[in-house]
Amino acid sequence: MKFEQWNGFCGNEWQDDINVRRFIRDNYTPYTGDHSFLVGPTERTEKLMDKFNELLRLEAERGGVLDIDTVTVSSINNYAPGYLDKENELIVGLQTDAPLRRGVNPFGGIRMVRSACEAYGYKLSDEVENEFKYRTTHNEGVFRVYTDEMRKARHIGIMTGLPDAYGRGRIIGDYRRVALYGADALIEHKKADKARVGENLMTADNIRLCEELSQQISFLGKMVVLAQSYGYDITKPAKNAREAIQWTYFAYLSAIKEQNGAAMSMGRVSTFFDIYIERDIRNGVLDETGAQELIDDFVMKLRMARHLRTPEYNELFGGDPMWITESLGGMSHSGTTLVTKTTFRVLNTLYNLGPAPEPNLTVLWSEHLPEGFKKFCAKVSIDTDSIQYENDDIMRVNYGDDYGIACCVSAMKIGKQMQFFGARCNLPKLLLLALNGGYDTVSGMKIGPQIEPYGSDKFDYDAVCNRFHIYLEWLSRLYVNTMNVIHYMHDKYAYEKIQMALHDTDVERLMAFGVAGLSVITDSFSAMKYADVKPIRDENGYIVDFETKGDFPKFGNDDDRVDSIAKNVLADVIGELRKTPTYKNAIHTLSVLTITSNVVYGKKTGATPDGRKAGEPFAPGANPMHNRECCGALASLNSVAKIPYDYCRDGISNTFSIVPDALGSDEETRVANLAGILDGYFKKHAHHININVLNRQKLIDAYNNPDLYPNLTIRVSGYAVNFHRLSREQQKEVISRTFHEVL
Amino acid sequence: MTGRINSIQTLGTVDGPGVRFVLFMQGCPLRCAYCHNPDTWDFSGGSEASATEIFEKVKRYRDYFGEEGGVTVSGGEPTMQADFVRELFELCKNEGIHTALDTSGCLWNDKIEKLLSVTDLCLLDYKMTNGADYLRYTKCEKVAVDKFLSELEARNIDTWLRQVIVRGINDNAESVKYLYDVADRHSCVKKVELLKFRKLCAPKYENLGIEFPFGNIEPTSDSDIKRLLEAVNK
Repeated sequence: MKFEQWNGFCGNEWQDDINVRRFIRDNYTPYTGDHSFLVGPTERTEKLMDKFNELLRLEAERGGVLDIDTVTVSSINNYAPGYLDKENELIVGLQTDAPLRRGVNPFGGIRMVRSACEAYGYKLSDEVENEFKYRTTHNEGVFRVYTDEMRKARHIGIMTGLPDAYGRGRIIGDYRRVALYGADALIEHKKADKARVGENLMTADNIRLCEELSQQISFLGKMVVLAQSYGYDITKPAKNAREAIQWTYFAYLSAIKEQNGAAMSMGRVSTFFDIYIERDIRNGVLDETGAQELIDDFVMKLRMARHLRTPEYNELFGGDPMWITESLGGMSHSGTTLVTKTTFRVLNTLYNLGPAPEPNLTVLWSEHLPEGFKKFCAKVSIDTDSIQYENDDIMRVNYGDDYGIACCVSAMKIGKQMQFFGARCNLPKLLLLALNGGYDTVSGMKIGPQIEPYGSDKFDYDAVCNRFHIYLEWLSRLYVNTMNVIHYMHDKYAYEKIQMALHDTDVERLMAFGVAGLSVITDSFSAMKYADVKPIRDENGYIVDFETKGDFPKFGNDDDRVDSIAKNVLADVIGELRKTPTYKNAIHTLSVLTITSNVVYGKKTGATPDGRKAGEPFAPGANPMHNRECCGALASLNSVAKIPYDYCRDGISNTFSIVPDALGSDEETRVANLAGILDGYFKKHAHHININVLNRQKLIDAYNNPDLYPNLTIRVSGYAVNFHRLSREQQKEVISRTFHEVL
Repeated sequence: MTGRINSIQTLGTVDGPGVRFVLFMQGCPLRCAYCHNPDTWDFSGGSEASATEIFEKVKRYRDYFGEEGGVTVSGGEPTMQADFVRELFELCKNEGIHTALDTSGCLWNDKIEKLLSVTDLCLLDYKMTNGADYLRYTKCEKVAVDKFLSELEARNIDTWLRQVIVRGINDNAESVKYLYDVADRHSCVKKVELLKFRKLCAPKYENLGIEFPFGNIEPTSDSDIKRLLEAVNK
């Protein structure tokens, strides 16, 4: 391939084949300085933000949804072009024909769409209802196949949040390809792939792949038409920074028009954009103000993305998130940093446009990152509570140096790997099920192997472990089988055509399982091992509560006696999951991540031996249980850091809240200390951390006076939310968490 | 050798430079009216641990220390268990870990002298600038702390002079100026820190059934400190 739009770029390898990583490597300019070059918002940007903020105010006033188009089914070309301010936007394109108006996307499941419309005072139109009478949704496909046991396991909440009624998400298209190569070249490549596959035996797998490729090609064409409707020709590569951002955004926009996936992540675009910005600056057609303006406008567009979801969905995934995760920074294999000036510019949007949960800015931390960047990140965290950190040094080894994070903590090679998202199972509930021999005391239902409930008045640790293992074997098989059904049907009825068109045809697949309640089950095992725990039974002999006497080591205090229990449980879980084969031979992975579902999971789980009362929330992700930490923040971090990433390749989420004073007495000290804490934590091979630097009192104020804090952003579990968008229950749970203070 | 330990704070950022592992020793001869840790007074409280045990814990946090951080031993009064602290500091120094001693400076003996030989930084709590107040609010003589400071000076040990500022007690320019004058007269003093009187410790007093002598005084604010610093042109 050869295009005049590539003038000024170096390297050949990326010109011969689709290889964005190579293009970045051959052309980017690492930046090792500080943030002093950054500029504030222009008048134009501020005016657009005023307009946008007014819409946000209206949206909040209307209960969280500004408007719904109940007639048009969302897809790439089903809406007329929409604008926030046509004359003044630098980057254009909206999901529907008006800002913040939500579309309906019933391909995942029509019931979800129907009830979401109703929840906000709308009614799904008869046209759409009628049309979908003759269409199978993903949700219908799944439930045709689900066994009674799968339905029951889902009903009692031992597996929750499964993507069987909504779009699975967590697939990152390599949106940069459209900017670098133009749509025509991508279509030609896919056509060649299809021809090649067609030469093989027409097995079921190949027939399916051919059909998928045909859909991919067709949707790349639709993407071209979308761009045309906004007056752009994206068939050829982008010729400058503005076009590179616009082309990339059109690709992303096509994805979110076509798919209502749970997490619709962006990937890793900042350093890619920087190459175009640097070239424009070199050519004298762009300056710093102009560069920042483009990034501000792009980020503003991302902040306007919306999907329509039900209140029940929001219980699991609170705060109306899209997880437009953009991965920033990191290191290259050759040892130079991938931080560029545009990495800074993207973080700078949190100042220029104000703090906000989206895009979900994720810093890929390495101890080798430039000091100036480390300090700027720490400063942004302290000022905005809007970013999260993940360990580039442990991920790069597995995913190379052009991976991105989908959703919260799920790493994948961009354009080369995709994920089958699998929500999570409830470990403390599984323990209780095991103790009661397959009887769930919360629902009164029997499920799993039916054996005698645990009979003795004292807990024999080994006997409990054996019992737990029997149930883990059972659940693991059921969990993998359920996921296989879900993803078979998602591919069949809600295939991600445009996102997969922006992947290599020969894609590697990951199947991401998850666990909730890690600290609860860990402390429960520890209590049974080290303290005096007595079961309390109901009239039928089922254990419904525990009397725990004496102290026991608790997760979060850097105590190997209990931290090793957490490790062993996870080794056991992933080991068992691997025993059942997956759909499309995906690689089994595991996460310790709850989003905000730790509240609902707790609700569905009886009292546990660690002293947690029935119905009480779990700690989020891999966090220690609230207020059980007694040796300070770093001990808590060390406990979480011990969980091996090798067991949990889909991520280990830790949410950390600290009061400003506990980081030091002045701003400079706080910045240096926070950067030091991050360095230390990640040197211990920890995977992820959300940082909140705030006082509990502020959250209590915001709970009582929501109007005073319309933009209060906090990190929860792998993402950030507007505090006021959480349910009251979720808000209370966040307030109850450990805040590390000065002693 | 073993020491009596009150508690460990793995993330200390306000007792010495950088990120620090802070060990609070059990037992204190003073009874400062604003004491933040009344639970450390009783010499028979806390739990026992050996210096090597504590050092094993310290090592777990080395990665967080960076270039500036390290270990701070506070209390209680750490110099009451000088041999134990010395052993811990020796272990730290052998591994290149920075050591800081947070003391009232109210004691002086051979053991403390040896302890200072392995102390990189002394956080000297210069509690009151006039003798009468010192005695009244700490139950100890101010001459002791002046003596301690001269010993630090003689050994050229980096020192931070610190004072808790309490409204209506020592929140006046005259007292603060005196403190800075003391600092100026000693080349070992690298920094003066005015600390805010805080009341997060009130529940501790309640639990212990001890009266909090300054329980009725409002906590010191950032602007109080700012005003004092401006008054002495700092």
